[in-house]
Amino acid sequence: MDTFRYLPGVATLKLDPEPCIGCGMCSTVCPHGVFEVEKGEKATIIAHDLCMECGACATNCPVKAISVTPGVGCASYIIQVWLKGKEAADCGPDCC
Amino acid sequence: MAKIDDEPCCGAPAGPPSSHIERPGYQLWHFVEDLVETPVGPVPKVSTNLVMSDQMGAIRVRLGYKRNDYKVAPGLYCVGSPGPEDPVFVTANYKLSFDALRRELTGISGWILVLDTRGINVWCAAGKKTFSTEEVCRQVKATQLDKIIKHRELILPQLGAPGVSAFDVRKACRFKVIWGPVQANDIPEFIRAGKKAEPHMRRPTFTLADRLVLVPVELSLILSRTTVLVLFGIMLLSGIGTEIFSISAAWQRGLMAIAALFSGVIAGAVLTPALLPWIPGKQFALKGIILGLMAGYATIFLHKGNISTLEIAAMVLSAVAISSYAAMNFTGATPYTSPSGVEKEMRRFMPVQALAVLGAIIAWVAAPFI
Ligand code: SF4
Ligand code: SF4
Repeated sequence: MDTFRYLPGVATLKLDPEPCIGCGMCSTVCPHGVFEVEKGEKATIIAHDLCMECGACATNCPVKAISVTPGVGCASYIIQVWLKGKEAADCGPDCC
Repeated sequence: MAKIDDEPCCGAPAGPPSSHIERPGYQLWHFVEDLVETPVGPVPKVSTNLVMSDQMGAIRVRLGYKRNDYKVAPGLYCVGSPGPEDPVFVTANYKLSFDALRRELTGISGWILVLDTRGINVWCAAGKKTFSTEEVCRQVKATQLDKIIKHRELILPQLGAPGVSAFDVRKACRFKVIWGPVQANDIPEFIRAGKKAEPHMRRPTFTLADRLVLVPVELSLILSRTTVLVLFGIMLLSGIGTEIFSISAAWQRGLMAIAALFSGVIAGAVLTPALLPWIPGKQFALKGIILGLMAGYATIFLHKGNISTLEIAAMVLSAVAISSYAAMNFTGATPYTSPSGVEKEMRRFMPVQALAVLGAIIAWVAAPFI
């Protein structure tokens, strides 16, 4: 997977170290190894640019220390968001 | 004289009687081998072998045909000879996901809890929140899982994590979520290691084969009914010339234009996915432009006849526009592109694509007059 890197500096991922309890869940669920959590320490972001904004980490952080705008990285969906707004957008039955 | 119902029937002798696991009003899936009795009633036991009809079904949906109608009923299934201590694997009710899981459970005894994800695979369903905390708890309750098993653990595929919060599942139905590997084929190793996933099991792969299976669906998304209208429009445009409209020009120039467009589709929807890691650049739209340029030029060499410079420009531009758009659309199928990145690409390249289309049309229509 390391051969694939997408655009740098765009991911909306943010980590607030303040409330983090170092449970390690973010690093378990992330499919791209974005976080590192040493035993007894707080989580750190080690590869921000690998984040694909799937939202797994934010959904699974027990203290809501992570924020990310999750979404579908699909062009036809994004066009619909532009045209109809986020609520009405649907990538249709043929999309993912 | 023999009565009417004593008369011998024609044809082959009667087949076997109905099996004891059939139920009135239900059609039995071929993969159900038996019904296993549990404290809350019978649970279907499934085979871990995939047969011809499973493979044909997989090919069908991979080609994009009725992809949204390939489901199994949600609920509880089992494999092997499971007991109350055996693991519970959670999956989506997309039959391809279900098949991938049961195939990997060869030699393992356990339970399969199928969520109602409306026939969508785990990852996409997690994004759409049908593979969700609520749905996990709903199925746990509906199947009375706690009366069948003694432990309180569920093994979920890691790619379901965007939709399911392990902590909320624990709070809501007092089951502990264990994140299993990304790929079903790592499950045997994961179980052997004591339900521990090695780091490599936590990352999706995107090999040449992974990318190629996505190509037919990409093509089917592009080659829709509108394509026929577009092709018809191109034929009409191609017929316009000094003699106002010429059927033979519509046909000849039309075919040339269609060949150029087709080369763009191949460049963007087939070659870009296949050659992805080797095409320079990170942006898909740009990769599409590079391959579109090459494909557009290649079609010109195919028609050695008399093509004007304007026509060459039109053909290359249209191939570039289509290839770039199709390549950009492929981001939706990869496991590593972020929506923010895709949106950035789109803002940057859609104007370019639109200009290329406009330029191509003007050059194509103007060519016969110059
Ligand atoms: S999941 Fe949240 S609390 Fe746990 S280590 Fe990650 S950031 Fe910290
Ligand atoms: S959003 Fe997904 S890819 Fe990004 S850091 Fe979180 S889990 Fe990893």
